[in-house]
Amino acid sequence: MKKNTLFVLTGLATALLLAGCATGPSVAELNALTNQIVKSSFRDQSHVKLTRLTETDETNLACSEADVAGKPLDDKTARAIEAVNMKTIKWPSDGKFIGDWKEGEKIAQSGRGLTWSDSATMESGGNCYNCHQIDKKEISYGTIGPSLYNYGKIRGVSDPASPASKAMVEYTWGKIWNAKAYNACSNMPRAGHMGILNEAQVRHIVGLLLDPKSPVNQ
Amino acid sequence: MALALAPAMAQKTASQGIDEYRAMLADGNPAELFEAKGEDLWKKARGPKNASLEKCDLGKGPGVVKGVFVELPRFFADTQRVQDLESRLVTCMETLQGFNAAEIAKTSFGSGEMANVTALATWVSAESKGLKFNLSQSHTQEKTFYEVGKRLFFQRGGTHDFSCASCHGEEGKRIRLQDLPILTKSPGDGLGFAAWPAYRVSNGQMWSMQLRLNDCYRQQRFPYPGFGSDATIALSTYLGVNAKGAASIAPALKR
Repeated sequence: MKKNTLFVLTGLATALLLAGCATGPSVAELNALTNQIVKSSFRDQSHVKLTRLTETDETNLACSEADVAGKPLDDKTARAIEAVNMKTIKWPSDGKFIGDWKEGEKIAQSGRGLTWSDSATMESGGNCYNCHQIDKKEISYGTIGPSLYNYGKIRGVSDPASPASKAMVEYTWGKIWNAKAYNACSNMPRAGHMGILNEAQVRHIVGLLLDPKSPVNQ
Repeated sequence: MALALAPAMAQKTASQGIDEYRAMLADGNPAELFEAKGEDLWKKARGPKNASLEKCDLGKGPGVVKGVFVELPRFFADTQRVQDLESRLVTCMETLQGFNAAEIAKTSFGSGEMANVTALATWVSAESKGLKFNLSQSHTQEKTFYEVGKRLFFQRGGTHDFSCASCHGEEGKRIRLQDLPILTKSPGDGLGFAAWPAYRVSNGQMWSMQLRLNDCYRQQRFPYPGFGSDATIALSTYLGVNAKGAASIAPALKR
């Protein structure tokens, strides 16, 4: 079959594939080839641009590489990544951490937003129930993340406004804003940092988890 | 829709309803209609060259269909590349029947000649039902594609930092109520790579492996993977090699 745009490999890829030596390509060559293949295989669709892959940050690059190697990051690298992510956390502009848990429940239920088939302007959901148990009444929950049922109660938050609760309230906000600030290669998205949820939405999610009146804490 | 239904179902018949739904699913598989269509398309003279696909080489020689599915993707000497079932079918449609491969690749799933590729893939897969996956890793390109596929599997990116491994890297996990197969090793007979093409009851569509991967990438918030692109074939090579020994149930019936 003749050359055909669908099946043409890039120059680098072809050179590597044709090299065909007994030992095969090195790790660096395979990484370079993978990058080339990503660029030639994926394309923009609607508002979803190729740059979502080609401009991915150091956090994702380091964690992906560790996953391929099957070895977790060394402590020093992990702490450095967490420090970089910690700096990105935006704390509530009005000092208010706890929003409306009812709104938080709606956001936690929604898995919509930011795919190429979603509207570019819609407010995204949090995808929370895809991975976590939250309100016990919702039986359709995922198990990729830990259960968050009784999240605030278990952590002793009876009054989120009290000084005793301050550290836990801040941690919860920070974890939702940027999960990688606390666990470098966490599976959890960085909802605030990556612009998945806005400040008001993060506040409602924190309310869902920590408001003593929320069904989560019953 | 599913989200709106969930709380209502939870009130009395939650798990009951799900059990009934699953029992309903097991009763007859509409994929059989696509198998019949695919077999017909294979034997029928079509395209600008008015030829059938009966001389198509899917890896075991011209015209051999039985057993090819569980050995794909593999390297093909004539195209000098690793191909999966669907990209190989498109190659045959171009060389034997005179269709334009690039045009087919641009066609959306479920329409025009792309719908025919899906039907053909469904029939070809059915001819390997019960056979065990056993992909070749003897050619350098096959090994290289496995290694690239592994990197793609673990590639975190997009707005949500998801990789394939976020959902398919551990055993016994689920999204909502949907069980997730582990794909870094064989998940067992008829699971993961050994289940697609599959008929999806929830939307009444026949889904090929290319569409399965395409929709995974959509939900991962990744950009659009081209049909038959090297990334999709490298990833399939990784999944297929890992599925070694798993019996194929394709075309399966899915939620």
